[in-house]
Amino acid sequence: MSETTVSGLAGRMPKFLRRADPAVLTAFACIVLLLFLGSLYSRSFLSPEYLLQQLKVASFLGVIATGMMLVILLGQIDLSVPWSVAAGAMMACAAAAYGPVGVALAIPFGIFCGVLIGIVNGIGVAYLRIPSMIITLATNAVAQGLMVVYTGGFSPQDSATGAMRYLATGFAVPGVPNAVLIWALIGAAMVFVLTRTGFGRTVYGIGNRERAAYLSGIDTRRVVMIAFAVSGGLSAFGGVLLAGYASKAAQSMGDAYLLPSIAAVVLGGTSILGGRGSYLGTVAGVILITLLQSILSVMQMPEAGRQIIYGVVIVAMLLLYGRAPASR
Amino acid sequence: MKDWRYWLAEQRGTLLAFGIFIVMFVIYTSNHPAGFTANVVQTASNKGVLLAFVAMAQTLVVITAGIDLSVGMIFTLTNCLASWLVVGTGIETAFGVIAVLGTGLLCGAINGAIVIYGRLQPIVATIATGAVYFGIALLLRPFPGGSVNEGLADALTGRLFGIVPASLVTLLAVVLVVWVPFSRSVLGRAAYAAGSSEMAAYMSGVPIRRGKFAAYALAGLLAAIGGLFLTFFTYTGDAAYASGNAYTLFSIAAVVLGGVSLFGGKGSAIGAIFGALAFRTIGDLLFVFDFDPLWQPLFQGVILLIAVSLGAFALFRVRNRLEWFL
Repeated sequence: MSETTVSGLAGRMPKFLRRADPAVLTAFACIVLLLFLGSLYSRSFLSPEYLLQQLKVASFLGVIATGMMLVILLGQIDLSVPWSVAAGAMMACAAAAYGPVGVALAIPFGIFCGVLIGIVNGIGVAYLRIPSMIITLATNAVAQGLMVVYTGGFSPQDSATGAMRYLATGFAVPGVPNAVLIWALIGAAMVFVLTRTGFGRTVYGIGNRERAAYLSGIDTRRVVMIAFAVSGGLSAFGGVLLAGYASKAAQSMGDAYLLPSIAAVVLGGTSILGGRGSYLGTVAGVILITLLQSILSVMQMPEAGRQIIYGVVIVAMLLLYGRAPASR
Repeated sequence: MKDWRYWLAEQRGTLLAFGIFIVMFVIYTSNHPAGFTANVVQTASNKGVLLAFVAMAQTLVVITAGIDLSVGMIFTLTNCLASWLVVGTGIETAFGVIAVLGTGLLCGAINGAIVIYGRLQPIVATIATGAVYFGIALLLRPFPGGSVNEGLADALTGRLFGIVPASLVTLLAVVLVVWVPFSRSVLGRAAYAAGSSEMAAYMSGVPIRRGKFAAYALAGLLAAIGGLFLTFFTYTGDAAYASGNAYTLFSIAAVVLGGVSLFGGKGSAIGAIFGALAFRTIGDLLFVFDFDPLWQPLFQGVILLIAVSLGAFALFRVRNRLEWFL
């Protein structure tokens, strides 16, 4: 609860550079480098319209990565992202088929489904002590199975509701896409929770040493479960936004978000072992990944090349600053 | 007497997996329209052996308390590579097979180098290398296609003496050539020791780094054998993202069913093989009972969820609550 903690970034500009994680600085430096390389390739790369468009695309990943970060801070991982995203999107679209009430409840229902997946993960990790990597893979498979049964193996015909489209593509404030606004709100809430609430401090504590946190009288299991539920909910919300963006839900829409969401969090300097990391880093990671994807697609790189570059860049950057301390 | 009890305790997971497999297989064949015939056994073993190879690969890494989320992608990559190389005359085919196996070994060695010498977390590192391997597979086979030496393929997926499935014999041979020497070697013991307690193993002067590296590299090799077999089975190479991911997932399920501890240091590849065969048989049970195939992914997911939840029974043995937090 004291201010002399890892993420003293919130509102303390003079100490900013001194305190900032080298990883966060590296990530921002890479963003500048990518923008520079992109501008060499095409003049329009630095235009405000293009950058705003990138920010809008980044906000979907940003929402999903926010949940992922919470889980990674605990020293766990959530591999159920792909089908949490898809389930959120598909269930929200499905709810819209049930008259005006369904339309009104579409978004909450989609998020609710994600929270359910997250709660199953949370119970498995916190109470049954199953390794998070395994239980989240299993719930991912179950969610996939449920969706396949529900849709009969095809993409659902239901399309996104007006509200979903408005959230993803509308402009409540002129010039700022709603998706960016939503990411900013969720990000601000996350920063507040992580740095100013007992829950947030507990998350860091558990990530550092769960045993110590437990002995300090914290119900660590409840915190872990809530974190997984939030992660599932945010994944599903990301799916809802994506469905609004594409006007419909598709089965494999979440597959493209697992590696990027983990990579964004880890490239932003959050320790994969938990207990260390700032939200600013995650923001940098998300923008970095989105720019990288965008440059590769502007260069008309085929899918195969994109996958290769993507994996190589992530391994290379992790080797730069994501290494575990030398043992012993 | 004591030796006998110790052996039983050590092999409990493997024996349990063997039991589950036998029960499932009896249910399967007794309800199969064709019954227990050589044909049914051959088809079942061909499908099961694919997963068994990948599960063996996963076991090697899991024993060191790591995880390899790229096995499915190595499997896919070597499948695509084999659809180019394992063709032509006998010599060409032989070189092709060696090249494919060498590629698998190299992929595994890269994983091992990154995880052990690069000191990255196995989960993130292997997801990233998996993306690279899948990208290469996609470069090799943008569209499904290619061919394979059909004589060799038919020989290895057919039957010996009209009864014994050749794929099972190959599996046995791989176990004898790869798994048995490895698990009895210094490196294999080092891999077990590293998974059980890395600190204690290091203090005792066990070569844990070399042991873990060998485990990752051999995992790549075993996944490549699986990929090669997939090519023999389908005659084509196909860079399918979903199928690669499914094999990674199923390999973990098979490992868990086979009594290999995900915390490392416990279990054997033999158990994982029976786990893989049991998992495949359970999945195929739906077909003999005439369920809609749409239910299969859900059914397999639920089995996986139940299998991993069974580990929670160990919680009842915990006396001190602090042991919850490893």
